[in-house]
Amino acid sequence: MSTLTLNVNGRAHTVDVEPATPLLYVLGDDLALNGPKFGCGLGQCGACTVIVRGRAVRSCVTPVGTIGGAEVTTLEGLGTIERPHPIQQAFIDEQAAQCGFCLNGVILTAKAFLDQNPTPSDAQLTQALATTLCRCFAHTRMLRAIKRYAGLRAPQKQASVEPASGSAERGRV
Amino acid sequence: MSAMTKDARAALTRAGFSRRQLLKGAGALVVTFSTARLAESIGAEPLSQGQFGTQNARVGAQLDSWIAIAADGAVTAYTGKCELGQGMFTVQMQLIAEELSVPLSRVTLIQCDTSMTPDQGTTSGSQSTPTNFNERNLAQAGATAREALLRLAAERLAVPVDRLALSDGVISVRGDGSRRVSYGDLIGGKTFNLTLSATAKRKPAGEWSVLGKPIARVDLPAMATGQFEFVHNVRVPGMLHGRVVRPPAVGATLIGVDESSVRGLPGFVRVVVTRNFVGVVCEKTWQAVQAVQQLKATWTPGVGLPAHGDFHGYMRRQPSRDALLVNSKDVDQQLARAASVVNATYLYPYQMHGSMSSSCAVADVRGDRATIWSPTQSAYPVRSGAAMILGLAPDKVRVIFTRGSGCYGINGADTVSFDAAVLSQAVGTPVRVQLSRKDEMAWENYGLAFVIDQRIGVDSSGAILAWDYEAWSPTRGGRPGYDRPGNVITGLLLGYEPQPFSPRTPAPEPGGTFNNNSNAAPSYVTGCVGGACRGAGTVKSERVLSHTIASPFFTGPLRSPSRLQNTFAHECFLDEVAAHVRADPVAYRVRHLSDARLSEVVKRAAAAAQWDARPSPRPDLRKTGVARGRGIACVAYEGDNGYSAMVADVDVDQATGAVTLTRIIVAQDCGPISNPDGMKNQIEGGALQGMSRALGEEVTWDEQKVTSVDWRTYRSLPLGFAVPTVESVLINRTDAEATGSGETAITVAAAALGNAIFDATGARVRQVPFTPDRVKAALDARG
Repeated sequence: MSTLTLNVNGRAHTVDVEPATPLLYVLGDDLALNGPKFGCGLGQCGACTVIVRGRAVRSCVTPVGTIGGAEVTTLEGLGTIERPHPIQQAFIDEQAAQCGFCLNGVILTAKAFLDQNPTPSDAQLTQALATTLCRCFAHTRMLRAIKRYAGLRAPQKQASVEPASGSAERGRV
Repeated sequence: MSAMTKDARAALTRAGFSRRQLLKGAGALVVTFSTARLAESIGAEPLSQGQFGTQNARVGAQLDSWIAIAADGAVTAYTGKCELGQGMFTVQMQLIAEELSVPLSRVTLIQCDTSMTPDQGTTSGSQSTPTNFNERNLAQAGATAREALLRLAAERLAVPVDRLALSDGVISVRGDGSRRVSYGDLIGGKTFNLTLSATAKRKPAGEWSVLGKPIARVDLPAMATGQFEFVHNVRVPGMLHGRVVRPPAVGATLIGVDESSVRGLPGFVRVVVTRNFVGVVCEKTWQAVQAVQQLKATWTPGVGLPAHGDFHGYMRRQPSRDALLVNSKDVDQQLARAASVVNATYLYPYQMHGSMSSSCAVADVRGDRATIWSPTQSAYPVRSGAAMILGLAPDKVRVIFTRGSGCYGINGADTVSFDAAVLSQAVGTPVRVQLSRKDEMAWENYGLAFVIDQRIGVDSSGAILAWDYEAWSPTRGGRPGYDRPGNVITGLLLGYEPQPFSPRTPAPEPGGTFNNNSNAAPSYVTGCVGGACRGAGTVKSERVLSHTIASPFFTGPLRSPSRLQNTFAHECFLDEVAAHVRADPVAYRVRHLSDARLSEVVKRAAAAAQWDARPSPRPDLRKTGVARGRGIACVAYEGDNGYSAMVADVDVDQATGAVTLTRIIVAQDCGPISNPDGMKNQIEGGALQGMSRALGEEVTWDEQKVTSVDWRTYRSLPLGFAVPTVESVLINRTDAEATGSGETAITVAAAALGNAIFDATGARVRQVPFTPDRVKAALDARG
């Protein structure tokens, strides 16, 4: 075991863990965070995603010892129930979930991607989500939420973002 | 839909999405308002009907077991139908708010906790809405409470009931608003002491202001911000972490475990071995993950598995249990007389629930008491099964349903609840168990493989004369129910047997009344049994024969169990016959349907799709390049539990066999709609999950073991695929019974897709999944 300092959601945490321990287990067991989820433990589904150095990282296959002093952002680090981050608000506005277990991976993967690529093509967005799963298949709503958030981030693209509710457009991506 | 409303936010706070808050709040309510129910629920005797009896779900007849009203007017409702991601939590809050004329923010709902809520069995089978939104159970509790409150107010205000109006938790005299009394003043803190009234009137749909509206999910803000407490996030003081070691092959039994292989590992606590059950408990999750990898366990070889490539042939050769759903006894004569006969065989693989998360549970077993935080659909049955395994009385076991990831049927939720209970009992402290991805996928109760032989005879006008169906499907285990823990892997490893299987040939003649619960009969037959015809169609000559065989793998309900497989075969085959007689697939369906609601969804879906009435395949068919087509399929789910029709548009790359969906339209009638946005969400998710199952999902195995054990070997369509548009046409029938809507759209997906591929290319793919190789083979077979 060794003592490590982790910077998570703007706070420093000192933990006593084996450096080979995947970051996910430290976030859940030691820091009692609910955002990052164990889905597969193999880096195949995205449920465990966190943002490190601006990039989406699969924490279930990332040894905690490799994080160093980098800032780690989890889903609870984006916003709160009272003050959700705009991408979280977009998912709430679009009612883009069923069981909600995949939301962590979907929201953080999309956010990290859009932060790097503010005006992606549909093909680029599809590629970015190529290994992110939602087994309830709330896909149409989630893609709508992601595009809504992309539209907010890049106002010049807003014309391509479709209305969210109250019209026949509901149900389209 | 706007951001979370103030009401919804307050409701969320009240509902207390953290477990601690929930228990604290609920505890107070129970003590204050419902001590009678508390005694009934967790007291020793009243709920026990024999130690482990297979009693049916026991639903409270007492109003107080459903609804309590506090002195401040807050309403608490108790339900045995749980939120699984389908929106049942929010919509049941809407129901109570509506029936009691209070804002959503004043309703607290407590779900699926064996110490507090009614035993409503399992949340499954598209039965939650039929059960709780018609003239019984939760809805009737709401109506009974409303009537009781009006009666009390009439006495208090000394006016007849018909002069009273309810609004916002207050009852006032019409035309004299100064004469009023609140629910809190009438009953707050006291019990109703009434049984549910069969005659209490529900509020008419025309007066609804909360129910029937697209109310936002109250749990979504917490989920989107990482605040929501799933069962994976339950943390109990002193909690340790367990993992299980499953056998390396199907049917392998344990020879021995070398505990010294893990004894010195950091955080190691205990190896637990009971018969063939092996688990390890450590202080932390990662330590347990490593310990099970390093544990030296020796097993016998497995029993050997039938060849995967020949499994459908294998099923035909096995001893079977045979059943006739319907038999007009003239099918062979009618087929002999027909102008022409069409035959086809449809094949369906085992598929898995493949939940987003591998299953997780937390158990705290100490002495003669146990508490289990479980994502099960079956809180009371799991309580009973866990009690058997632990050697405790059922009333000493409390199961608190705590949400996991979407299950779509019996995933690993029940088995992991048993795992956690066994490990906690062994170490005497709370233990959290989360299965590995492989443990989940290799041992869950799979959805059924099927072989379906279809035969239809048509007359010279193209009308169907006779329909002959014969199918084979496997079974082993299933839901554990109240007394069959051996129906899932943990119970089997502990020494409990699965439900016995006994072959029976020939099938007895159909008895009782026609019940198309599994959609084994196509919608187009009359369904005449015992002189009564309850089918949805017009074809009088009908035979539906099913053979069940012993499965090498555990099986169990997977979203639209058997209904999906049967509907795939029926709706594709109907399309084949329509093509054979050069009829338009929509018109040909309607021609053979007698059920007006089913015909209606077919017509509405076709209209929304601007369906071009013509036979399939498309007239200008070319055998190269990308071909475009459309297909339709419909179902009366379980015969009468929801009506759905889907039109799917596809592009087929004829060089590769790759299929791309471009548009899906679903028309659906589920009676009165409780939450239109929730219904759309279920349609959209069901349609796309159905397409994932149709295009790529298949359980695979070798001679010894299952080989589809992760997301590379079991293919689910990711968020990043060419997602088609999904449009819903909702038919709101407020004069009908409320039916399920969670399994309707998925049921028709594979058939609509298969029919669209045929329309585009003239190639019929009769085996799911429609992988590019399989589609390409069908394209090549056109010549």
